[in-house]
Amino acid sequence: MVRNPDANRDQFRPDDHPNDAFLLTTVVGSYPKPKWLNRADELVDDPDSKFDADDLEAAHDDAARLITHEHERAGVDTVVDGEMRRNEMVEFFADRIDGYEFNGPVKVWGHNYFDKPSVVESVEYDEPWLVDEFEFTSSVAERPVKVPITGPYTLGFWAFNEAYPSTEELVYDLADLVNEEVEKLVEAGARYIQIDEPALATTPEDHAIVGEALERIAAGIPEEVRIGLHVCYGDYSRVYPEVNDYPIDEFDIELSNGDYEQIPVLEEPELEPDLALGVVDAHTAEVESVEEIKQNICQGLRVVPPEKLTISPDCGLKLLPRDVAYGKTENMVTAVREVEAEIDAGEIDLDNPLADD
Amino acid sequence: MTERVAATPGLYPLPDRAKETLSDLKGHQKGDLMSGDEGEAIVSTYDGVRATYVDHQLEAGLDLLTEGQGRWDDMIAHPLTVSDAVETGGIVRYYDNNNFYRDPRVVDDLGFSGDVARELETARELLAGADGAGDASLAATLPGPYSLAELATDEHYGDAAEFQAAIAEFLAGELDAFPAHETLFLFEPSLVTNPPAEGDESTATDAIATVAAATDADVVVQTFYGALDEKLYAHLVDEAGADALGLDLVAGDRDDTVYNVQEFGSTDSLALGLVDGQNTLVEEPATLAERVEWFEEQVPVDDFDRTYLTPNTELFYLPTNKYRAKLSALADAAEVLD
Repeated sequence: MVRNPDANRDQFRPDDHPNDAFLLTTVVGSYPKPKWLNRADELVDDPDSKFDADDLEAAHDDAARLITHEHERAGVDTVVDGEMRRNEMVEFFADRIDGYEFNGPVKVWGHNYFDKPSVVESVEYDEPWLVDEFEFTSSVAERPVKVPITGPYTLGFWAFNEAYPSTEELVYDLADLVNEEVEKLVEAGARYIQIDEPALATTPEDHAIVGEALERIAAGIPEEVRIGLHVCYGDYSRVYPEVNDYPIDEFDIELSNGDYEQIPVLEEPELEPDLALGVVDAHTAEVESVEEIKQNICQGLRVVPPEKLTISPDCGLKLLPRDVAYGKTENMVTAVREVEAEIDAGEIDLDNPLADD
Repeated sequence: MTERVAATPGLYPLPDRAKETLSDLKGHQKGDLMSGDEGEAIVSTYDGVRATYVDHQLEAGLDLLTEGQGRWDDMIAHPLTVSDAVETGGIVRYYDNNNFYRDPRVVDDLGFSGDVARELETARELLAGADGAGDASLAATLPGPYSLAELATDEHYGDAAEFQAAIAEFLAGELDAFPAHETLFLFEPSLVTNPPAEGDESTATDAIATVAAATDADVVVQTFYGALDEKLYAHLVDEAGADALGLDLVAGDRDDTVYNVQEFGSTDSLALGLVDGQNTLVEEPATLAERVEWFEEQVPVDDFDRTYLTPNTELFYLPTNKYRAKLSALADAAEVLD
């Protein structure tokens, strides 16, 4: 069953928050890397270069600091480092988990590829995956840090399974590893964890497997830690209302991409976790206006009250030009703060938030 | 006595070096993908890819060689995406996979392009000039009309049956320009994943028959992602004009497929999807041979004219090293059975 979002939401409200209403703002995770960081990633593999692993670590630190501050400059309440140290959402973790091997990149679309790994033996926890990243980001951030982590269903289903009798069993073993990592993150001070499960959108009939995996992840995690689930690019009617049974505090989805055609899915029955709503499209290179984003926010108010609404981009922004990613993030925060002020002033009818349409 | 023929139709993964070259030449956004009018540098890169594919198949010892479809950025939707009557829509999911293609939106009467025929002609020339080609012959690959219509968006014809028929005529026109080929594989995954509604089966089989009639080659209607619905299976056997049905023995419940053959008979030849095209675990040739023998023992047919030994899906899902290992496993399995 759903966790207790009321118990952990207020810790992210800034002391100087300007409005009585508070819509928590966040980002999904990834953000465009500075071009020089991509060059640095290549240089370290060049045997003729003097650029070594220590230099690359320093470059990653610099980029992480830069993007964390960029999120803060945009005004986001909870920030991440833009996943500057990560290449791709499965590969990064598979590289750190015993039991995976890599055979080369595979097609995703067009001639875009990702290094899809194979599971060749039982997966085992070796070294912490994200604790160093979290500690560094926290040390440079003035706002609370969210930690996105790829979920076990995606880590299992977006790999080739050569070792387990079923991928479901692999997912459950991976869920235990994710639980171990989340425990370490919590011990290090993390209070906002986002489980990324885009694979659920490809096979929504597996919602029960994802639910069981989430039970294992959330086991023993105190309720002051906020656990979100991000799922994108799919038919949400195929996982709803089962989501209400997941042990999560927040359900993060992309709906701007589909012009909110799916928002009625969440109207009945009532959504139990908080809603984290995508209000800018991660796959269009035009920056949405503040007015347009405010309308998108009001779509969320159709299904949850302000105290249960978190606002984010649809998905990670890493494929966009950096100035566009920043523009979207900045306009998103501006729109949220204006909507909050309008709620305070009674200018938005919360029973019918799109009334002026 | 049944002839065993090892073949791996459909898209192959691009060689790793070509991936990097094409990334530099083409870019990564949807406007950068194949449109049929690419420049010389891109054309020559794909010529190299095609030659590599022929080499890989000859080295593996396959009986039927294919072009490899290196240029098919949009998987089996490719023949539409290079058509003048088609506009490029959004990025959409390719079945229930973590793969995507550009939505082909048909906005005008579909007409001849010759794009696939040109690719096949260059493959034929490569095969004719290759050392060690021996008795290997050429197989062509096309999407089946039912699946291609399912993968596309109709903004012109306005009627599902008419659209399928138009796609079939379009494919038949393309096929008419093909150079000599021994076999045609028509890929019809949508027959499994999204079968025609009850009563609409003949619309699909009529469309397939239209394409099949446009070639003198043996026609294999290759299905994948699981077993066919039994009624649709029966229609396909009787009406599609296929010399062989291709059946997936890896995904889904293979007993359902055996049941279909037991209850409704089969085409004179069969293609068996034996190798898992979506997993890197490489099957032993002896294991594949056992699968063929197991299947043939279950069905009430003494001999098929031919049994094609194939992967259960296209192989583009795999990294290059594993795809090559699977080619060899299939060729070796045919040897074991002989």
